[in-house]
This record gives sequence, structure tokens and C-alpha cells, in this order.
Amino acid sequence: MSLTRIYGLFLRHFYLITRSFPRILDLVYWPSIQITLWGFISNFFATHTTYYNNAVGVILTCAILYDFLFRTSIGFNMLFLEEIWSRNFTNLFIAPMRIGEILTSLVITALIRSLIGLVPAILLTSPLFGISILDLGIFLFFLFLSLYIFGITLGILVSSGLLRFGPSFENIAWSTMFLLAPFGCIYYPIETLPEIFQKIAYVLPLVYIFEEARNILINQTVNIENVYYAFIWNAFYFSLSIALFYYSFNAAKNKGTLINMGE
Amino acid sequence: MKNLIEVQNIKKNYGKKEAVKGISFNVEEDEILGLLGPNGSGKTTTIGMLLGLLQPTSGQIFINNLKLEENRIQILQMINFISPYIELPKKLTVKQNLYVYSKLYKVENIKERIEYLSEKLRIGELLNSITGELSSGQKNRVSLAKALVNEPKVLLLDEPTASLDPEVGDFVRTFLEEYKKEKKISILLASHNMNEVTRLCKSVLMMKNGEIIDQGKPEDLITKHGRANLEEVFLKLSRSKNEFN
Repeated sequence: MSLTRIYGLFLRHFYLITRSFPRILDLVYWPSIQITLWGFISNFFATHTTYYNNAVGVILTCAILYDFLFRTSIGFNMLFLEEIWSRNFTNLFIAPMRIGEILTSLVITALIRSLIGLVPAILLTSPLFGISILDLGIFLFFLFLSLYIFGITLGILVSSGLLRFGPSFENIAWSTMFLLAPFGCIYYPIETLPEIFQKIAYVLPLVYIFEEARNILINQTVNIENVYYAFIWNAFYFSLSIALFYYSFNAAKNKGTLINMGE
Repeated sequence: MKNLIEVQNIKKNYGKKEAVKGISFNVEEDEILGLLGPNGSGKTTTIGMLLGLLQPTSGQIFINNLKLEENRIQILQMINFISPYIELPKKLTVKQNLYVYSKLYKVENIKERIEYLSEKLRIGELLNSITGELSSGQKNRVSLAKALVNEPKVLLLDEPTASLDPEVGDFVRTFLEEYKKEKKISILLASHNMNEVTRLCKSVLMMKNGEIIDQGKPEDLITKHGRANLEEVFLKLSRSKNEFN
């Protein structure tokens, strides 16, 4: 055993970490996010043991909805990352494609990918657990649409980061959903969050979507306001993500990221 | 002869670093212009600007009389690029890759175009092969087919024969000569292979530290610098302290 060689290999990875802010961020926020998310979940169940008594399928329904969001977002990022990994990125950006065409194509492909994963999950819940997500009724469509738009929005935001900062932003791509999960109030009502976190949660569409899913399943009523606010915030973030993508594309053209993307 | 590429005093700065320091040149129709220079001389940056992947800090680029800044999509439709540093998706078959790029370039008779390129580049037997499983020489010919799928008027080549064995390298060079002659296209060739440049290029630009330090026909440069071949001219210029012109 040579300590010099061991130290040499350690340095190879250490240099990589210290030269990349996204990599440092990745190391820090994973444990923080996991602890925060499960802390809120545990806290809620400890104080509200009877909350889900009359609706055993609520958690599973919310898990499926969250998974759809996760797959849409990650699916979009994957499509972008595939081009980087295969060193095809430059070929794509020297083809006569408008940014709008690239985004539209990725948005459609991400939807198909998500549906391929979602349909079997929905079909399995009924025979395995006696639960049907279709109990959400016609509003299920609006909730899915909202989640899809937000998933795509996150995908576009991460792709903007990849354009601007290059492949080192890849780690962020994998973890955006976990970063937002505590604020999304997926498994617990917004009141579980500390007040400061509630303020953040209210400016995200997720809280309205999951609150409404629980409201329909537990109270058997529909609060159209939740659906409305989810769409308003979605429209805002979607527009922002498109603007940011164009900004990042121009920044990448100035910085040279587009020709060095595979490196 | 009409200029298909016109570069007017383009500069590219990365912060305080000047990667390209105001260079100008033209490439005529039916001409291959060699772009030579040591690593870091600004060749790839120049090609990046011609492809619209890099925004010049100043200066203008015209392709087929269209200003690049204002006609990016229209220009990208008529140019293409090959480099050993970029690849086609590895999991797709050769045919799928060529079909995808034919769609991206809105090629009309896709089947005929793929058949034509397959025959010319001898890749007919590879069409159903997985791209990632091809040898370097085969990948190179497939990349060349992709680069010609849109019948470009302007072809930008960055080290097109790097890492190829002499036989495949010669095949590619002969193909490029014949294709240029047949289609009257303009080619900008960045290469470190001086024999290749001498054989293919009507004239060459020598770049160093972001500047054009000399230019002319290969044989004229050899005579001017009193050297036996272009490689020796290259070595002389790249080791010099910019006292040329």
C-alpha cells in the first residue's frame, strides 16, 4: 500500500469537488433536505394520528402524483443530459432548430416518457391496494396538468443551468425535486411547516395541487381556488423558465459552453 | 468566384483574454481554405463563431451573403460541421441517426439522400449497425454522411482525419476533393496534418495567438519561407515571435 498513491487518487476527486460549486452544493443539501422532509412527515404523523383514518388511499395517491411530477422533471433533464453524455450536443445546436422547437420537442417527449411510467403505476394500485387514483374525478386531469407544467418548468430551469454552467450542473438536475419536496407539502398539510416555510410554500404551485388532492379525497369537496392558484403560479414559473433558458443560451454563446459541453 | 464565407474583423474575448484578435478572411465557392495554427491559436473559436455557437465580441460574419447574426437558422440550414470531438448518439443505428438529422435539416427525399451518401461513403452495410459499436474509421464516414445530409454549401471540418489509419484517411480526403468539385461547395479545413492541407487546400491561413500571422497558397508559403514543405513552414511560424507578414 502506498500512501502517496492513495493521496494522489484522493486529490483527483478532491480537486474536482473544490472546483465545482454545484458539486459542493450537492454534498451539502442532500442530507439537509432528507432530514427536513422526513422531520416534517414524522412531526405531522406524531401530532395528527387520525388525519388519514378515513382515506387510506391519500398517501398512495399523493405518492403517485409526486412520482409523476418527479418523472416529468427528471425525464426532461435526462433528454438534455443524453445529448451531453453522447457528445451529440454540438450537432444539435448547429442544426437549424429554433430554441422553441428544441423545447417543444423535449416537452412532448418528456410527457410520453412520464405517461409510460405512470399508467402501469395507476393500474397496479387498484389490484394491489384496492385504491384508484381515478377517485379524484375530473379534477385529476387538472392536477396532472398542473404537475406536468411544473415538472417541465423545473426541467427547463435545470437545462438552463446545464447550458450556462455545463455538465457540472448535472448533480443539481437529479435533486431539484427533493429540494422542493419539503415545501410541496406532499404528505402533510401546509400548517405542519414553520411559518417562514409556509410563506415559501405558498408561492409554489405544488402546495395547492397536493392540498386539493387531499381535500377531494378526505373531504369529498372541491376547492376550485386551489386549482386556479396552481395554474397562476405555474404560468409565472413557466414564463420565467423560458426567459431564463433564452438568457442561458445567449450566455453560453458568449462563454463558449456550447462548444465545450462534452468536456 | 463568389465568396460563400466572409469574415470581417471578428474578435472574441473571454473576459480579459483575447482568443481571436480581429481576423478577416474569405472562402470562395469551390475552394478549400486551410486553417492552421498551434493548439490554442484560435482555430476552434473561429469555427465556433462561424457555426453560431459562439457570439463574436465584435466583427461580422456573412455566409452566402447573409449576415449570421440576423439569419442564424437560414445559415445553419446551408452549413454543416464535422469534428472528432463530437459524435452521433451511440445507441441509435446509423440509419436512425441519418434519418433524425435529415428531419432536423428538413431534407425532402430522405431515402434517396441516405442511399446516395451510403453509396458515396461506402456505409451501406453499416446502416443497421449500432453507431457506438463502429470503428473510428466507420464512425468518421458516418459523421461525414451526417455532415452532408443537408447538401451544405459550406462545410467546416475540424481535424476530419484525426485518429484514422492512412487508408481511411486517404479515402476521406479523396472523397472531399471529389465532392467539392462536384457540388462547388466551400470548405474550411482546420488540420494539423500538413500533407492533407497541402493536398486539399488552395490556400491557407496561419493562426497564432488569435491572429492570422501569414496566408497564401501552400506552395507560395513554402517558397516564401525557404522551407522544404508546409510542415516546416508551420514549425517555423509557430516557434517564431510574430515577426512575419
